[in-house]
Amino acid sequence: MSGNGTNGHTPNGIKLPIYMDNHATTPLDPRVLEAMTPYFTNMFGNAASRNHQFGWEAEAAVETAREQIAKLIGATAKEIIFTSGATESDNLAIKGVAEMYREKGNHIITPVTEHKAVLDTCKRLEKYGYKVTYLPVKPDGLVDLDQLKAAFTDKTILVSVMAANNEIGVLQPLQEIGKLCRERGVLFHSDAVQALGKVPLDVNKMNIDLASLTAHKLYGPKGCGALYVRRKNPRVQISAIIDGGGHERGMRSGTLNVPGIVGFGKACEIARLDMPQESARIGALRDRLKDKLTSALDQVFINGNMDHRLPGNLNISFLYVEGESLLMGINDVAVSSGSACTSATLEPSYVLKSLGLGDDVAHSSIRFGIGRFNTEAEVDYVADRLINVVSKLRELSPLYEMVKEGIDLSKIQWQTEGH
Amino acid sequence: MAYSNKVLDHYTNPRNVGTLDKNSTDVGTGLVGAPECGDVMRLQIRVNPETHVIEEAKFKTFGCGSAIASSSLATEWIQGKSVDDALKISNTDIVKELSLPPVKIHCSVLAEDAIRSAINDWKKKHPEAHTGTPAGAEATTTA
Repeated sequence: MSGNGTNGHTPNGIKLPIYMDNHATTPLDPRVLEAMTPYFTNMFGNAASRNHQFGWEAEAAVETAREQIAKLIGATAKEIIFTSGATESDNLAIKGVAEMYREKGNHIITPVTEHKAVLDTCKRLEKYGYKVTYLPVKPDGLVDLDQLKAAFTDKTILVSVMAANNEIGVLQPLQEIGKLCRERGVLFHSDAVQALGKVPLDVNKMNIDLASLTAHKLYGPKGCGALYVRRKNPRVQISAIIDGGGHERGMRSGTLNVPGIVGFGKACEIARLDMPQESARIGALRDRLKDKLTSALDQVFINGNMDHRLPGNLNISFLYVEGESLLMGINDVAVSSGSACTSATLEPSYVLKSLGLGDDVAHSSIRFGIGRFNTEAEVDYVADRLINVVSKLRELSPLYEMVKEGIDLSKIQWQTEGH
Repeated sequence: MAYSNKVLDHYTNPRNVGTLDKNSTDVGTGLVGAPECGDVMRLQIRVNPETHVIEEAKFKTFGCGSAIASSSLATEWIQGKSVDDALKISNTDIVKELSLPPVKIHCSVLAEDAIRSAINDWKKKHPEAHTGTPAGAEATTTA
């Protein structure tokens, strides 16, 4: 049932393997590479060199990129601080605010479905005396605004809510959350990595005070991120976590990654110009995939809200089939699974579990991330392969057989010890 | 993760997939694992009442490729063996045959459990087999 070929072409001209894991990372857009290339060779200067041509060129390129990035989120160039990536940006935002506003309060609110870069940063702060409220989410993955309201205390200094979830793609109600924060004088940080360039973001309309951004999720290079830090209404201050030469207005020391930054800027410019038609095209591909799978297979379950969702995301559980065995059967297609067997921790996805789904649903889940370079023919190929493999694995599944016989699996005394 | 060729072979062409009538007195059924743990194996055997030889083994498995391969291999190995000999198969034999990496050892443990569980179920239906009474002596024990 598994195709052996992992490098080749199908009869209809599709190049294998197919990459459909664009939440993990994205391929570099050739236009981005073209913009970057000169900054690896001739224009290699240090953007901090103030007294020669090489430095000026590099600095000018960095400032152009700063503008391009700022423009995509409705910010100003001076509000963009370059980092090594979104994990650093999340750390800088949360630790930086926590330290700077320590006298004002020590309480942080964040949903349980955040990326580990946010959750583990918060956990570390708890060791230093900060209090963190980990907000549950609704079964569709969205933050419950009433629960958020109830979580504020007079010690709350920061709310951190991601714009789009990396597993289930749901878009959090940033505007409403930002309003609640602003009314209470609490800073609002958003990890906007997955949403950047995919859906409109406006830091002013949404009252976002800090936003983590990264290049490689929108067809830019890896190792290049940024933190948006609001400069007025209110002026946000953060403590640095990396000390040194005082680059980036003292918030992030270290020589700038000029080629990466140039690529990041170009990627943002392309995304800003192409977003309306690109998100419509990708959304249509995603819906095509969903419709094909749900019409051909029974017992499938879509994880997360379908109406407030990234256009390219589909997270779907094929009940009674285990995720890793599914991936094995579609080994010429690159996707992810929430199954424990595919994770480094051997735990099923905490995001799916937080939706109130059983571990068995998480074990059966596949995450598709459709991106700029995917085609309709690829979607059709992937759907056909998957329908085939799910059907075959269900013939192998004792659970599917039992369910078909009308047996309630929850009533069975499963033997779980030792596993 | 890279799979061994033998795991890939069993995954691609699983042996002895199917279902036996669990109510038949000659059939023993083992259902081990749990859906929330990500693997469930059902292994069934049809045992010759005279010779106590496993004449047919069938399985169905919900789990990763290594779990499918472990149970598929288990059915291959126990077919034609007496129940006593089948009980001698250990998970380490399966690990060795399939070159399972450390994170997949639990799949082999589950397959061993499935064999034992199926045989125990059959033995429950055949109390005379508990003592390892040789075939042919049944008439005297039931007399």
